Amino acid sequence: MLGTLRTMWLIFLHAFRRRATVAYPDEPVRLAPRFRGRIILSRDPDGEERCVACYLCAVACPVDCISLQKTEDEHGRWYPEFFRINFSRCIFCGYCEEACPTYAIQLTPDFEMSEYHRPNLVYEKEDLLIDGTGKYHDYSFWAVAGKAIHGKDKGEAEAEEPPVDIKSLMP
Amino acid sequence: MTGSVLGALANVVGILLALALVSALMVWVERRLLGLWQDRYGPNRVGPFGLFQVIADAVKLLFKEDWVPPFADRTVFVIAPAIAMCATLLAFAVVPVAPGIGIVDLNVGVLFFLAMSSLAVYSVILAGWASNSKYSLLGSLRAAAQMLTYEVFMGLSLMGVVMLAGSFNLREIVAAQEDLWFVVPQILGFLIFAVAGVAEAHRLPFDLPEAENELVAGYHTEYSGMKFGMFFVGEYIGIVVVSAMIVTLFLGGWHGPLLPPVVWFALKLAACLLVFVLLRAALPRPRYDQLMGFGWKVLLPLSLLNLVATGGIALAVG
Repeated sequence: MLGTLRTMWLIFLHAFRRRATVAYPDEPVRLAPRFRGRIILSRDPDGEERCVACYLCAVACPVDCISLQKTEDEHGRWYPEFFRINFSRCIFCGYCEEACPTYAIQLTPDFEMSEYHRPNLVYEKEDLLIDGTGKYHDYSFWAVAGKAIHGKDKGEAEAEEPPVDIKSLMP
Repeated sequence: MTGSVLGALANVVGILLALALVSALMVWVERRLLGLWQDRYGPNRVGPFGLFQVIADAVKLLFKEDWVPPFADRTVFVIAPAIAMCATLLAFAVVPVAPGIGIVDLNVGVLFFLAMSSLAVYSVILAGWASNSKYSLLGSLRAAAQMLTYEVFMGLSLMGVVMLAGSFNLREIVAAQEDLWFVVPQILGFLIFAVAGVAEAHRLPFDLPEAENELVAGYHTEYSGMKFGMFFVGEYIGIVVVSAMIVTLFLGGWHGPLLPPVVWFALKLAACLLVFVLLRAALPRPRYDQLMGFGWKVLLPLSLLNLVATGGIALAVG
């Protein structure tokens, strides 16, 4: 009997506790510093696409939600002809970001991407590309890569030795 | 003559509307309070504080298909929820809300209430039987046994009050509590009646006829739409009626200082309703044999003891 009354009193006291509910759309939800949300494609400091269409993200993706096609411009730069992410399949695991050799693909803290129609969750390159550099402000893949493109020959990249002339005997 | 007829009509319609409104609002109150005591919010989206949740629920229930399962006994299936509503509504007819407010002034008010609340058992049993489903039948079997058990000492626990007041008339019982509420001399009777009342309204912790986690939904498993709604609202009306009886019989009815009688009645009623919800929030459901054992072995002897003691004292004092 007393135990029952004690239970009722203790439950009654719960009226003055803090609510466990996060009233989400009314109050913002707390996100962890490295929260992984909607995927974007970043640009390098010169404003060019960072993606070199190496397919590593598509290979790393455990749910196969990334689809792209490599093509090459007149300067010899590789870039994706199309780049498509199906966010209705994406699980925000971040493997694509880890696999990316050029910091092109990055995950952002945005997760509010509900849609009434599934096809609207398929994002094309125009939807994915942002204007900025994302998390890595100074990195430019083509500036450090050893591949020759228009305006930058072999050996002209940052911290790159000029190529050795194997036909010459001079040191 | 016409004036008194009109007054009586206003009384009846007013009380019916108020009862229906309070019972419907209880759905919202219960959900909000359960939320409060479980550290969450409860329905707070529809209208201010979620008050219009009741309307949303009612609209939903009204627009659902009025489905009678093909294996059910159609006539009885349809009648059962109506009995639930009618019996509990009728039981409220004898409740004296305040001087001048109340539907009938029966000289056997207590007995009428007991009879009507017993009639409500029929709705449960008939619903379970007519549904032709094992869960419904199990639920109504339990309801039958539970009601039989708790009906007995529910009546006995009230006899102390009747002895003290010297009347079965609820108005006279309230009038007899002008100086001292019967909860003080009849504390045992009050506790027993409260327990029996909870069982009568088949509310947690005595909701074994419904017991969602073992019997799906008990006797109203096969019901849907407004027929289910009638059981649902009937249950809340039952709570209000039992609370009103507790207020009338033990907590002094409309008596109280300063405030007008109706307000006092409403306040006491609200307090009782809150305790009903608190009971649901706090207590687990007992096993079925525990429930029956508690009824027959503890509460029945206690109520008999209470009866003998009250009778003895009443005789000795004169």
